[in-house]
Amino acid sequence: MGAVIQISYFLAAVLFILGLKRMSSPVTARGGIVWAGVGMLVATFVTFFWHGLDNYTLMIAAIAIGSIAAWVSGKRVAMTAMPQMIALYNGMGGGAAAAIAAVELVRGADGHSQAVMGLAVAGGLIGTVSFSGSLIAFAKLQGLIKRSIVFPMQQPFNLAVLAAAAVIGGMLPFQEAGGTLVFVFFALVLAFGVLMTLPIGGADMPVVISLYNALTGLAVGFEGFVLNNAAMIIAGTVVGAAGSLLTQLMAKAMNRSIANVLFGAFGHAPQAAATDSEGGTLKPIDPDDAGIMMAYSSKVVVVPGYGMAVAQAQHKIWELAELLEERGVRVKFAIHPVAGRMPGHMNVLLAEAGVPYDKIYDLDEINPEFPTADVALVIGANDVVNPVARTNPESPIYGMPILNVDQSKNVLVIKRGQGKGFSGIENALFGKDNTRMLYGDAQDMVGKLIQAVKRL
Amino acid sequence: MIEGFTALYIFMLAAFTGYEVIARVPVILHTPLMSGSNFVHGIVLVGAMVALGHADSNLERWIGFFGVLLASMNAVGGYVVTERMLEMFKSSKGDR
Repeated sequence: MGAVIQISYFLAAVLFILGLKRMSSPVTARGGIVWAGVGMLVATFVTFFWHGLDNYTLMIAAIAIGSIAAWVSGKRVAMTAMPQMIALYNGMGGGAAAAIAAVELVRGADGHSQAVMGLAVAGGLIGTVSFSGSLIAFAKLQGLIKRSIVFPMQQPFNLAVLAAAAVIGGMLPFQEAGGTLVFVFFALVLAFGVLMTLPIGGADMPVVISLYNALTGLAVGFEGFVLNNAAMIIAGTVVGAAGSLLTQLMAKAMNRSIANVLFGAFGHAPQAAATDSEGGTLKPIDPDDAGIMMAYSSKVVVVPGYGMAVAQAQHKIWELAELLEERGVRVKFAIHPVAGRMPGHMNVLLAEAGVPYDKIYDLDEINPEFPTADVALVIGANDVVNPVARTNPESPIYGMPILNVDQSKNVLVIKRGQGKGFSGIENALFGKDNTRMLYGDAQDMVGKLIQAVKRL
Repeated sequence: MIEGFTALYIFMLAAFTGYEVIARVPVILHTPLMSGSNFVHGIVLVGAMVALGHADSNLERWIGFFGVLLASMNAVGGYVVTERMLEMFKSSKGDR
């Protein structure tokens, strides 16, 4: 049976890698997750026949409870809440890796070398941080924790907690078995994960979630070495590396460094620069006129932001786009890398409304097209279209790549009120001569635009 | 047994594989791909099963039970949400 298990694990590892590879292109992505799923089923099934296992009742009960709970919650969650759900499931994985480490440490060396026990400790540390950190990330994005908690000497204090955990962790491989030291170790690391995540603002959370995803992968890989389990080593390490790269890509898309996200609090700077007013008054426009303007354009670029998702306006937008296309208007969707709550999140929301992915364009693809666009329709986006990021070196968002909406012939902005964006920075776009404001709820307003186009 | 340098080689090769596999991924797939890789580390389930299966004391059983519970949530939840997201990605040329 041992050989069958090893062959199955090998097969699972191959399926995971091929599955991830397929998931990196929109054409084959759907098949990718199915391949990886088959790998997981095979690996889990053969593990029941692992030599000398016991406690089957507990095992099956845990799998049944966990699977049903996750299945139901995963099917029910709204697409807008996807980022925090990923954080939650990821935290579970980190917790599981930590639990494996805990079992090993409670039992003691038991034939393992000290190096292997050291790996168990390292995996336990990383997995636990990912566990408690992800739970805080979930709570923040879900709105259970409303604000960033910052106190004086926070970073040195956090560092001290981590150092204490590392020292105790370093002692664990050299002691007999179990004991209170194991509990102190896990308590300290749990606290560190919470402390480290609390001061990080909501806008930076996607990078943090991605980082914890990579950490869980690494922890799983380490525990794989301890258990001598090749499937865990390969899958865990592959995810650890892929997740690190993904974290870097996300941070780059937001024009932030990972260190800056983890140790610098964003919400502190804006007050200083909020005073600059780029002049210009806000000019409202009637929805009927706006509808006519779009209907007689040859090219319209729609720029959706998180405000659109909050108003659940994505279905209406696609209806409007289809109407315009029937009239011969070319409609394109422009997505900023950090639109929504996570890079790619907005694409998911538009896909949910039925917008085909080949009508959706990246920042680099769409920016050269704005000067030839007759109308740019901005819906619930703010900072990602703010031209001060190009023009004003004083601004906290200076240098962030933005969508150059202001270069199109006309700009329509759907906005709920006259408030500021997520970062609290004044938006110079709204005062431009070619900008007109449509004040109202995104869904209502798009509905009015649809009516206006239909009446023509 | 996977020991010493063999382990290090496996670790190194797997890390490069992970890096290469997603090196050219478009931004539109960042969220689903993160979710997909989140599912893949759900393989921790097999380790948690072995840990629980070898547990002798009640304390070990409790921790092991907790581990299997969390791991199966990681695997199943990760699969369900990834599949739901990717299901929606359609091309305008395809069969809509």
